[in-house]
Amino acid sequence: MDFLSFSIICVKVLIVFAVTMLTVLIMIYAERRVSAFMQGRLGPNRVGPQGLLQPIADGIKFLMKEDIIPAGVDKPVYLLAPAMLLIPALMTFAVIPFGASITLFGRDIPLQVADVNVGILYILALTSIGVYGLVLAGWSSNSKYPLIGGLRSSAQLISYELAMGLAIVSIVLLAGSLRLNDIIANQQGYFLSWNICKQPLAFLIFLIAIYAETNRLPFDLTEAEQELVGGYHTEYSSMKFAMFFMAEYANMITGAALTVTLFFGGWDVPFINESSMGILGVILSILSFSFKTAFFLFLYIWVRWTFPRFRYDQLMNIGWKVLLPLALVNIFITAGYLTLVTLN
Amino acid sequence: MATIIKSYEPTFWDKLYIPALLRGLLITFKHLFRKKVTIQYPEEKLIPPEGYRGLHRLNKDAKGRIKCVACDMCSAACPADCIDIVPGASPLDQDKERYPVSFEIDLLKCIFCGFCEMACPEEAIELTEIYDFSDYTRDKLIIDKDGLLEVFDKTKENNYYSDPGINSN
Repeated sequence: MDFLSFSIICVKVLIVFAVTMLTVLIMIYAERRVSAFMQGRLGPNRVGPQGLLQPIADGIKFLMKEDIIPAGVDKPVYLLAPAMLLIPALMTFAVIPFGASITLFGRDIPLQVADVNVGILYILALTSIGVYGLVLAGWSSNSKYPLIGGLRSSAQLISYELAMGLAIVSIVLLAGSLRLNDIIANQQGYFLSWNICKQPLAFLIFLIAIYAETNRLPFDLTEAEQELVGGYHTEYSSMKFAMFFMAEYANMITGAALTVTLFFGGWDVPFINESSMGILGVILSILSFSFKTAFFLFLYIWVRWTFPRFRYDQLMNIGWKVLLPLALVNIFITAGYLTLVTLN
Repeated sequence: MATIIKSYEPTFWDKLYIPALLRGLLITFKHLFRKKVTIQYPEEKLIPPEGYRGLHRLNKDAKGRIKCVACDMCSAACPADCIDIVPGASPLDQDKERYPVSFEIDLLKCIFCGFCEMACPEEAIELTEIYDFSDYTRDKLIIDKDGLLEVFDKTKENNYYSDPGINSN
């Protein structure tokens, strides 16, 4: 690998990291503002214009707070857990293509940190590792509420990853590849070629599962404030708590980006052939990707402030008795259709 | 007679839950653009309803003299016993015989019932619409005669006795 390609990768990593962290800040602000608006309040509007500097003030507050490590915690695991959650959350975005490839310095540079040929498996693996962070945080805190939160998150993981994985399988069947670029290429064209139109059921299952995956309402049983104080992060304070917070939002961003990639054509702009338009096409594709992702991020907030939390048994019911059979039926139909098509 | 209440049987369409979920989302989305109820306090202030009973004041007459004649009616009417009046002989230029040498109201004891202004024969004590007069010490919340007259100077243009809520009694 020569110096140029190395520096290109470094720049891409930096850009993706910076944009993700910036979006986390925007999301924290947006969450508070949108929730306030939906409840007829104004929300934070004092720090900076329209309260835009509020997340920075929050960050400074977290840094200044006393970092308390309770007596009786399993210290190495306790310290490891926030990192276990945050690092996979930030790593997941690496394989998501956020624009059409751009030609610079006489090279074709894909707008994606790593073009892994098993991109989907990579994402599924990393999001599952992230759950270890929750479980370890719950276990090491040596306290009842975090423990219950951690256990709930592992139970939730088992009942949702399965349905989510199966929903993705039907997409993989259509694209014939685990590479996210191939999946996007498979959806190029206009609205009807997007996977949302081809696989509406898989989309619904995936959307529900991704909410469970990111521990957002209506599936935020791991941190159900009313029952579990703060859930897995009850015993965490200061920057370690902030890391859990950032990880949650980073996971949301990845989840939204993944939804867009799998079901809404990724960076595809309908009716336009981006690769033939040069730099304008690249800009359009990035804008398209950002806009779609922003919508799904807004949907996260929107759903959170609309629906009440599922009860634990309801969550298990919908996971095992509804989503899993539906996902299996969906695969069966998709596979059957594809077999019929290829037979002729 | 017993009434038979038929329990609601959800149809297949209801059991899909999707239409209901979308309806819920629509409601919260509409609320995004609704008028906000927040009053941004130091900049905006709540306008109390007519007849609101807030901080007291001692009225002055047209010549700028204190109206109060220290008759102790308000103090007697006060259920919280928060008014403390020391009466004295009026200075020579006054056409009244008595006036309050000191007039203190303990705002922490006061229940803002308005009995004092109803009892007053001279329309001298009055409750204004000022509601934000909190302070850091208990001593500062005992308001004396000068303080009460100052409140009058601040709220001169309002005559709360003329409010329909109070006058009708």
